[in-house]
Amino acid sequence: MFTLGTILLAIEGAAIAKAAAGFGAAIAAFAAAMGIGKIGATAMESIARQPEAAGDIRSNMIVAAALIEGVAFFAIVVCFLILFV
Amino acid sequence: MQKILLYLSVALMLITINKHSVASENATEMNPEHTEEHLEETEFNPGTFIFEHIRDNYNWHLFTYNGKHISIPLPIILYSKDQGLVSFWSLKLEHGHTYHNFKIAHEGDYKDKVIEVDEHGEFLARPFDISFTKNVAAILISGIFMIFLFISIARTYTRRENEPPKGVQSLLEPLILFIRDDIAKNSIGEKHYEKYTPFLLSIFFFILLNNLLGLIPLFPGGANVTGNITVTMALALATFITTTITGNKNYWKHIFNPPGVPWWLKLPVPLIPFIELVGVIIKPFVLMIRLFANISAGHIIVLGFFSLIFIFGNMDPVLGYAVSPVSIAFTIFMSMLELLVAFIQAYVFTILSAIYFGMASEEGH
Repeated sequence: MFTLGTILLAIEGAAIAKAAAGFGAAIAAFAAAMGIGKIGATAMESIARQPEAAGDIRSNMIVAAALIEGVAFFAIVVCFLILFV
Repeated sequence: MQKILLYLSVALMLITINKHSVASENATEMNPEHTEEHLEETEFNPGTFIFEHIRDNYNWHLFTYNGKHISIPLPIILYSKDQGLVSFWSLKLEHGHTYHNFKIAHEGDYKDKVIEVDEHGEFLARPFDISFTKNVAAILISGIFMIFLFISIARTYTRRENEPPKGVQSLLEPLILFIRDDIAKNSIGEKHYEKYTPFLLSIFFFILLNNLLGLIPLFPGGANVTGNITVTMALALATFITTTITGNKNYWKHIFNPPGVPWWLKLPVPLIPFIELVGVIIKPFVLMIRLFANISAGHIIVLGFFSLIFIFGNMDPVLGYAVSPVSIAFTIFMSMLELLVAFIQAYVFTILSAIYFGMASEEGH
């Protein structure tokens, strides 16, 4: 019974891998959106507090957002490799 | 007027969808490349369509007219152990022909790359491939354009020393000053920023120009240069080599013997130096992945929206026409986003490189 279960799991493992890859990509997108949303929110608040510093705050916000996106893209590339390689 | 068109097309789409079962459309399979002759009859496969446009190619495909592919042939340059240095136009290898024992593989590890075969057509070896592929030609074109542009700007600066800027000089001067002041001076500091500025300017304009050219579907744009991971690896390697070569004693001290860290984390088993070394490798690696994934993802999304039209068109021609306005509207929106991403990615690559250079040339406290 146990061996039958493992054999069945091995056969359908390939399909589960693809479903998991899709799920992983969605989680990466969700995490990136949450992180960048936090950065955007605090950037807006600090610009509202001190409008003269808007330029500095904007550049730092973009740098931080790009760093977060870089990490999210790691996850996306891994999911892509699972799906297509 | 546009709203009425939009509603009409969406309504038409919904009406025709109800007449067909959506499950029947996924019968597309990979067609063998030997039946390339009758192109109009092959089923549209969005996967191959997208990958053909993202991947590098041995000739530069311009457009298809009456079923014939019009493309610019490019030289294929190979070095094989048996034949030495061989070069020929990529026209010789079209349609699966074999030339001088070389052909483009259709399956296996080296799919769509040139392999060497023996008399029976069996795989022999993969030659050392230094061909002029589409990406190489695109890099050369954008490089020559940049050289021409910036040398003329430099000449205008020397000729008009104390006069206000004119022409292309005035177009690019805000960008150049922005990179010199806000990126280089801020991150590297007043003392050392000058020796890094040429590199930062070159990287910024190279990435920006190739990002923008990748968005234009017509020649000389349309080659996915910065979305090719080998190109971004070369750029990240340039940053890595520059930081390693110009790193001063302080930089290496911070990696192998960071001040303020207890001795037992460094001596018997060097934990902290190991972690810092991994950091030194990972930082350029992330630069490479960030640029590659951002640009490739944008291109894949735009191509996906275009494929939507053809997928629906295969189900029913009316459906294809109905989806077109919606799909094209989304594509325009994504292209605007792509434009923004082109600038932002060039800026982020440059400023992170500047920050690494700043760390490499930092004086002690």
